[in-house]
Amino acid sequence: MSILVNKNSRVIVQGFTGNEGTFHATQMIDYGTKVVGGVTPGKGGSLHIDRPVFNTVSEAVKQEGANVSIIFVPPAFAADAIMEAADAGIGVIVAITEGIPTKDMVMVKKFLERKNSILIGPNCPGIITPEEAKIGIMPGFIFKKGNIGVVSKSGTLTYEAVDQLTKLGLGQSTAIGIGGDPIIGTTTKEAVELFMNDPETAGIVMIGEIGGGMEAEAARWIKENGNKPVVGFIAGQTAPAGRRMGHAGAIVGGKDDTAAAKMAIMRECGIHVVESPAEIGQRMKEVI
Amino acid sequence: MNIHEYQAKEILKKYGVAVQNGFVAETPEQAAEAALKVKNEYQSDWCVIKAQIHAGGRGKGKIKGSEQRGVQVAKSPEQAKEIAQNLLGGTLVTLQTGAAGKVVNKVLVAQDVFYPGESEPKEYYMSVLLDRGKKENVIIYTTEGGMDIEEVAENHPEKIFREWIDPTTGLQAFQARKIAFNLGLEGKAFKEMVAFVTALYKAYDDTDSAMFEINPVLKTSDNRIIAVDAKVNLDDNALYRHKDYADLRDLAEEDPTEVEAGEHNLNFVKLDGNVGCMVNGAGLAMATMDIIKLSGGEPANFLDVGGTANAQTVEAGFRIIMSDPGVKAILINIFGGIVRCDRVANGVVEAYRKIGNIHIPIIVRLQGTNAEEAKKIIDDSGLKVFSAIALKDAADIVKRVLSETSSDQ
Repeated sequence: MSILVNKNSRVIVQGFTGNEGTFHATQMIDYGTKVVGGVTPGKGGSLHIDRPVFNTVSEAVKQEGANVSIIFVPPAFAADAIMEAADAGIGVIVAITEGIPTKDMVMVKKFLERKNSILIGPNCPGIITPEEAKIGIMPGFIFKKGNIGVVSKSGTLTYEAVDQLTKLGLGQSTAIGIGGDPIIGTTTKEAVELFMNDPETAGIVMIGEIGGGMEAEAARWIKENGNKPVVGFIAGQTAPAGRRMGHAGAIVGGKDDTAAAKMAIMRECGIHVVESPAEIGQRMKEVI
Repeated sequence: MNIHEYQAKEILKKYGVAVQNGFVAETPEQAAEAALKVKNEYQSDWCVIKAQIHAGGRGKGKIKGSEQRGVQVAKSPEQAKEIAQNLLGGTLVTLQTGAAGKVVNKVLVAQDVFYPGESEPKEYYMSVLLDRGKKENVIIYTTEGGMDIEEVAENHPEKIFREWIDPTTGLQAFQARKIAFNLGLEGKAFKEMVAFVTALYKAYDDTDSAMFEINPVLKTSDNRIIAVDAKVNLDDNALYRHKDYADLRDLAEEDPTEVEAGEHNLNFVKLDGNVGCMVNGAGLAMATMDIIKLSGGEPANFLDVGGTANAQTVEAGFRIIMSDPGVKAILINIFGGIVRCDRVANGVVEAYRKIGNIHIPIIVRLQGTNAEEAKKIIDDSGLKVFSAIALKDAADIVKRVLSETSSDQ
């Protein structure tokens, strides 16, 4: 099984006809994802890569029964796109867009409190349930169906971890890149909770980075409620304080959000923490 | 994006936040003129000369090679000129700048706000920033102004107040009153503080800021509330909505190699280590720095080349990393997803040949799409480049290369 998305997910692409939208929609379709159409305001009624284009998300929901959306619209319009998807009743919204102003995301989070949608991202690689549905920009070929859940703030570091797992024969139930911004939809703890409740997930890889308190929150939750082995890694052990390391949220603000502090609390909470990102797969093989 | 105190105060004033006024000067002569203007316009006989650098702790910091502090009182325009002479062009070292310090290119000549009057002046601390956990903005304030806030938080956490702001309604009047009451104010000062907080939050919200820190907020001896210092950080992602703020960027405050990298769309942070690295993706880049450390080296930089690792970006990255004489080896770590490894490998070979004269070992780790072909391209190139596919192998090569370099010396 899997979490959030599977072969029955009916996916639409917001920002469908743009370069990014077109390229990744094609890749997603090639992977076998059920992409049922897309939304580009003003281009409704036409066809794009053999799929219908709609003016609004609610039309796409009405006519195609869409329940998952992936967003490729530029930063200035991304908050609006997320809220439109939530308002139309989309269950899982995946925002790939990087560079959304923090103020917009604060508003989006407030808006989502009154909706039933789950937001993944923004500034993330998306979510994949191997061999069923790829809703994101990750290279599909490195994933393999299995029972390890992966949650990570990073894109390529997720691929690194997944690649190690796959090569050791450990497939994945679902892998989620939750994004590296200061304000994101699904948190590390929420993703871990979904994996803990998924009967087909046997172990969890949790990858974090400097900045914020999400890993500590997840670790404390795991200590209380965990029933599966968790392997953890925090990127940025050598990052200097006060400097933004690529991701908008990757900045050490105090003594609680350094890699060392996060690793310490994760260890205390029973997570199998690795110091080297090269050991993520091997450690999972040992503890599973 | 960080901006200077004098720029931050201009923004605050625009929103009706009362500030300690002044004029910026780039030469000692301008400082003398500014002191005269301060005297005439703000009836301030004395003035304060404040070095403008992007770092705090200026009052206690000293100019390298002298006893000159970063913030000084001048009692006349002549003295203002003399102090500016001592500060301008000097390198100010404070607790926040690190030992290297920062060059002072501008001073703010500001009015003296600690004049005698009917009541005792009092300093407070106030900042507005995002609470990542609560996903709301928060106003943090305390009666313990003018000191290091981390120290107050550590020793007197009970003295720090927080007021969270609902983004849909914004700051409400009752919240502004609560803040003024908690600071123990009454009468005119109370009213002034309510107006101050209200204007301050509006300024923060309208400018899409990531942080406002006012330390100290001063109650003057005639019960006015003003911002004596202002540290403002604007949200880079929102700068497209504030085109006029782009001009506030001071490139002199940034590391020149970081500025150059930015021009090539490379995300680069300069560090002090001996192993440079070039990676695609911020998380993997940080993880690569960690690998370098675990292999016995120290990362010389953070460099995320993003989703387009081609010959041009690789060449620009090489040149930027190698401009640092402390770099003894370079580790390139690319996980090819959409980016194909063989193309990156060709880019590396091309850039290497173009630059020529590379005397330090280069370790290239390419994994993902077409990784095997990529390794072959590197191995067949005849260049002094080590190739690896597994991350662990790359780490081992770094370790070996470092031990060889150190035994050479």
